[in-house]
Amino acid sequence: MLLEVKDLRMYYEVGDGGFVKAVDSVSFNLDREEALGIVGESGCGKSSLAITILRILPSNARVLGGEVLLDGVDILRLDEHRLRKEVRWRKISMVFQGSMNALNPIIKVGDQIAEAIMLHEKVSKKDAYRRAEELLSLVGIDPSRVSSYPFELSGGQRQRVMIAMALALNPKVLIADEPTTALDVIVQAQTLKLIKELQSRLKLSLMLISHDISVVAEMSDKVAVMYAGKIVEYGPAVEVLLQPKHPYTTALLKSVPSIRESKRKLAYIPGVPPNLVNPPSGCRFHPRCPYAMDICREKEPNLKEVGEHHLAACHLYR
Amino acid sequence: MENVVEADGLKKWFPVRRGLADIILRRPPKFIRAVDGVSFAIKRGEIFCLAGESGCGKTTTGRLILRLEEPTAGRILFKGVDITNLDGEELIEFRRKAQIIFQDPYESLNPHMRVIDIISEPLSIHKLAHNREEVIERVTKTLEDVALKPPEEFMYRYPHELSGGQRQRVAIARAIILQPEFIVADEPVSMLDMSIRAEILDLMLGIRDRYGIAYLFITHDLAVAKHICDRIAIMYLGKVVELGEATEVIDNPLHPYTKALTAAIPVPDPRVKIGEIPIKGEVPSPINPPSGCRFHPRCPYAMDICSKKEPGLKDVEKGRKVACHLYG
Repeated sequence: MLLEVKDLRMYYEVGDGGFVKAVDSVSFNLDREEALGIVGESGCGKSSLAITILRILPSNARVLGGEVLLDGVDILRLDEHRLRKEVRWRKISMVFQGSMNALNPIIKVGDQIAEAIMLHEKVSKKDAYRRAEELLSLVGIDPSRVSSYPFELSGGQRQRVMIAMALALNPKVLIADEPTTALDVIVQAQTLKLIKELQSRLKLSLMLISHDISVVAEMSDKVAVMYAGKIVEYGPAVEVLLQPKHPYTTALLKSVPSIRESKRKLAYIPGVPPNLVNPPSGCRFHPRCPYAMDICREKEPNLKEVGEHHLAACHLYR
Repeated sequence: MENVVEADGLKKWFPVRRGLADIILRRPPKFIRAVDGVSFAIKRGEIFCLAGESGCGKTTTGRLILRLEEPTAGRILFKGVDITNLDGEELIEFRRKAQIIFQDPYESLNPHMRVIDIISEPLSIHKLAHNREEVIERVTKTLEDVALKPPEEFMYRYPHELSGGQRQRVAIARAIILQPEFIVADEPVSMLDMSIRAEILDLMLGIRDRYGIAYLFITHDLAVAKHICDRIAIMYLGKVVELGEATEVIDNPLHPYTKALTAAIPVPDPRVKIGEIPIKGEVPSPINPPSGCRFHPRCPYAMDICSKKEPGLKDVEKGRKVACHLYG
């Protein structure tokens, strides 16, 4: 197992002694060369989960417990210096949503990539540049583009530059948080194909975070569905997305239109996701769940086996 | 069936700001051809979709039809009457019958106004409510129409006290309180979470059924379009390239661009993967669009004629139009 997250909890402090329980006892594994999709709606804690793993947290975030084991080493216990030197970028890299807009507009893209390399490795400027060119061609951009400014590239190309940068130090794990959400559909398809190709070529493990079930279905071997700070269903993509067991996953899938199915009435989930300062008692989905029973209000369900390698946190399964 | 709205050869060219050098050297002014000759008709009670990638001109087309932008050329007909040059009282009368819903309910509602004031603002602008009781009565009914119940509970709230879905309901309420015959809905659910999108779409369909309102539904999401719209027009670089029944166009696309667009959309089934995307490169600049067919530099089927002659939007089957030299 490359990355093991165990019982991870991260809350945001919001004043008056309140906490937003953004990541609440989350556990999952990521194998070598595996692609794990984390899907959920806004506010479910999926992005918070990613930044907790890399500990790039805002000042009001509190990591309250759990372990993040990378090759058996708990990186939650590493101090900031070692985390920065040994883990971030070098072992785990991240591409953010709309990160193409994070490029400095007045610095040539080659300089920006080379700078990132030189910050982490003792290499000459010339070697860093050569590496920047290699990285650009790796992501399908003409290496001569090192001397282009970001505004001279399209949105899709800039997102490729960000992917190239994330891969600069040969990480083992790539966390991609909504990597294509700001892109048009054709560029999205090209970018997803590129990520997949890089994953197999560089033997990367991929943690793909998205609100878009179709993107997750396209990319993932395994899927974790998050709701209100918790993983409610977890397992092989074909199991979770084709034979969903948790009522939330089932309802979410019915609300997603597919271009390949015939015209139908789209279903929806009544109500809104809960406030994570005071989440509902018991199962957090119970106020919106069509199958809610008494026990759901009282007792929080744990993830249980509902199929081979397939887990769901629901009292319907015992 | 009667047409509510017709666009006839609509064009909108936005001038590009010229630098001092351009003026000194007397370079000719440049234009962004956001909309460049678009024609279609929307029937009473129909949901007509304009779809395409960002920058294709779909939003500008919607704004032109509502006279929120002045067209560079072309005509807009509302129930058979040319409204392209309406002004004064007549324009106000038109605005009463044609409304808009914007994409972002976090930005389209004034945060300082309560729900009742947001929804009743059109009534006061058009001087249609004579006293407070009447305002409350109309707003109550409209809140019920958009399923914000009980109305008295929502009426005095501010937008920040509402969820995204509830805000979009308020935006819809504001659009329907004047009982319009036509609504432009510009990406009305794109900002909303998947699980509540269908609820808003359902509401819009219900309003259509109840009041016979026609929608121009602008979206980049063909999966949503397929399940919601009656007919669809696919736009590319300011032009409609294909038009027809939504399910037909999406299931059996004819234009090479529509083919690429539909092939690129992922589906929520892990066994089905995106196929080869047959087209090259990215969308060119609308300032100097390619000659002939604007899609020809990216088209896998491009022939000699495609770079020379612009294909018109022609009928290829009943109710199906395509602008491509491959078809006749």
